Amino acid sequence: MASSGSIVKGKRFDWGGYLLYTFLTLFAIIMLMPLVYMVSTAFKPISELFLFPPKFFVMNPTLKNFYNLLLVSGSSFVPFTRYVFNSAVVSTAIVVGGIILSSMAAYPLSKHIDMPFRKGIFNIIILALMFAPQVTQIPQYLVINYLGLMNTYVALVIPYLAYPVGLFLMKQFLDQIPDALLEAGKIDGASEWTIFWKIIMPLLKPAWATLALFVFVAAWNDPWSSAVYTTTEDMKTLPYALNTINGGNANLIAAAGTLGAASLLMVIPTIIVFVVTQKLVLETMAHSGIKG
Amino acid sequence: MNSTIVQTDANYVWVPESKWKLLWKAMVAHRISYLFMAPFLFFFCLFTIVPVIASMVMSFSYYNILEKPRWIGLSNYKLLFVDDDIFLKAIGNTLKIAIVTGPVGYIMAFLLAWLICQIPNKYRFLYTFCFYTPAITSVVALTVVWTYLFSGDRYGMINNWLIQLGIIHEPWLWLQDVRTIMPVLIIVSLWMSMGIGFLAFLAGLQNVPRDLYEAGSIDGVKNRWQELWYITIPSVKPQLLFGAVLQVVFALQVFDVSVQLVGIPSPLYAGHTILTHLFDYAFIRFEMGYASAIAVVLFILMVGLNRFIFKILGEKEG
Repeated sequence: MASSGSIVKGKRFDWGGYLLYTFLTLFAIIMLMPLVYMVSTAFKPISELFLFPPKFFVMNPTLKNFYNLLLVSGSSFVPFTRYVFNSAVVSTAIVVGGIILSSMAAYPLSKHIDMPFRKGIFNIIILALMFAPQVTQIPQYLVINYLGLMNTYVALVIPYLAYPVGLFLMKQFLDQIPDALLEAGKIDGASEWTIFWKIIMPLLKPAWATLALFVFVAAWNDPWSSAVYTTTEDMKTLPYALNTINGGNANLIAAAGTLGAASLLMVIPTIIVFVVTQKLVLETMAHSGIKG
Repeated sequence: MNSTIVQTDANYVWVPESKWKLLWKAMVAHRISYLFMAPFLFFFCLFTIVPVIASMVMSFSYYNILEKPRWIGLSNYKLLFVDDDIFLKAIGNTLKIAIVTGPVGYIMAFLLAWLICQIPNKYRFLYTFCFYTPAITSVVALTVVWTYLFSGDRYGMINNWLIQLGIIHEPWLWLQDVRTIMPVLIIVSLWMSMGIGFLAFLAGLQNVPRDLYEAGSIDGVKNRWQELWYITIPSVKPQLLFGAVLQVVFALQVFDVSVQLVGIPSPLYAGHTILTHLFDYAFIRFEMGYASAIAVVLFILMVGLNRFIFKILGEKEG
């Protein structure tokens, strides 16, 4: 008999449910293993890094690696915190700017249905989902170069503000919000601008969270933009810093602890953003489909 | 008489123009809508549309930034497909990775999302977290893990385990040996492949209306597999299409993983991909014309494949 609820029913011993949990748990452990190894490496004292045979878990955890990373400046003249600051500024700017731009564009695209070229614009956005942004990197670089923006925060932010996936998700989310909610505002004689900020923006909150997650992850992890658009050390972002620590391949194992600490610090913000936004993200993603 | 003929003529001529006028009027009436879209469209044009067109134009030129671009017709493409063995290797590598990570990652994401939806709500986030987190961790940050797991000496975790199990007797140079570079890149890419598509599936599956299943069991759906095939998959088709589009892009844009694990250039170009080739020519050699041709090839590959997928998934709907 077909059952529509959960496999696990609790009453009699359910082999299907047992198998399901075993499989999911095993798979989850495999997926998490590299991350556990990273955490473990970040807390390993130098003696354990040279240990043979190598140990997966740390035995005597230490904070020495973090101390080395944050307080002892390495071979470069720029302290590690400067890279963190750069990454934070750039990612925040892209997230905030991206959310505002996408929300504003999604509103007429979704609700002003008799606007000319609406379908055409939306089809171009769909087309833009189909290729990786790296494809446009060369002319982007020439534009930034031509505008004289090299080595500025602006150069690291503006190419990523118009994020097609973001506009797409915003628009799909807005589509399922009933027009009646907006009509109330129109009858009151509110201007489009007021309707947008007072009614639309608050309703879009789950979509903001989603955009914040995707845009933040992409911006925070991107090694490409600071490699291409900046040449001075003090404008580089975190991924670059990590590569510098990694750079001296001769002393790979000795640097592993510091690198582990730096990597952990780099991964934690993305995980926090995901945990904070996950409920709203799933709410938005339910409307993420493309109607074929 | 004459005047009426002229008038009808004039009317005849004026009909299409009034259409334009109507359009113009509609556009003026929607000027505020366009103002709302203006900031996004401005940046979108400047950094996406113009670059795509510019790449296509530049791919027919020789341009090294210092000198003025020189028109050279199809030479770049000829060079690319006839003489550049490394590019052919890069295409081969990219497709090898994509053929595995594309379909396998896609099916894995869907099945795991489906399985997660079979367990009670309160445990779902725990598993979602475990599967999704790898997709949002930085490749650069994870390099520390992969280089030590796959390290070529006895300190490498994988080597150590395999030697202890007696499968190999000498440490294996995972990231230097041309035979294992590709498998390692594929495994790491797969590990990270449960991204936005996975979340879309998960959200879509959780929102399939309950009464569809009840109606299904009345209509003779017998087991869970039939339920999946006849009810669940059709209900989440829009999410499946969205996920497929993103998966194609993900599978073909292999760059960070290759650069971080095996470097540019990798040993004997064994881990070279289309994007690393592009980066090499654009930002190391500054041959922008040639690099643009590479970008155009990748663009056509991605959009072409996605159009194809649109056709398949779109037709089934009808």
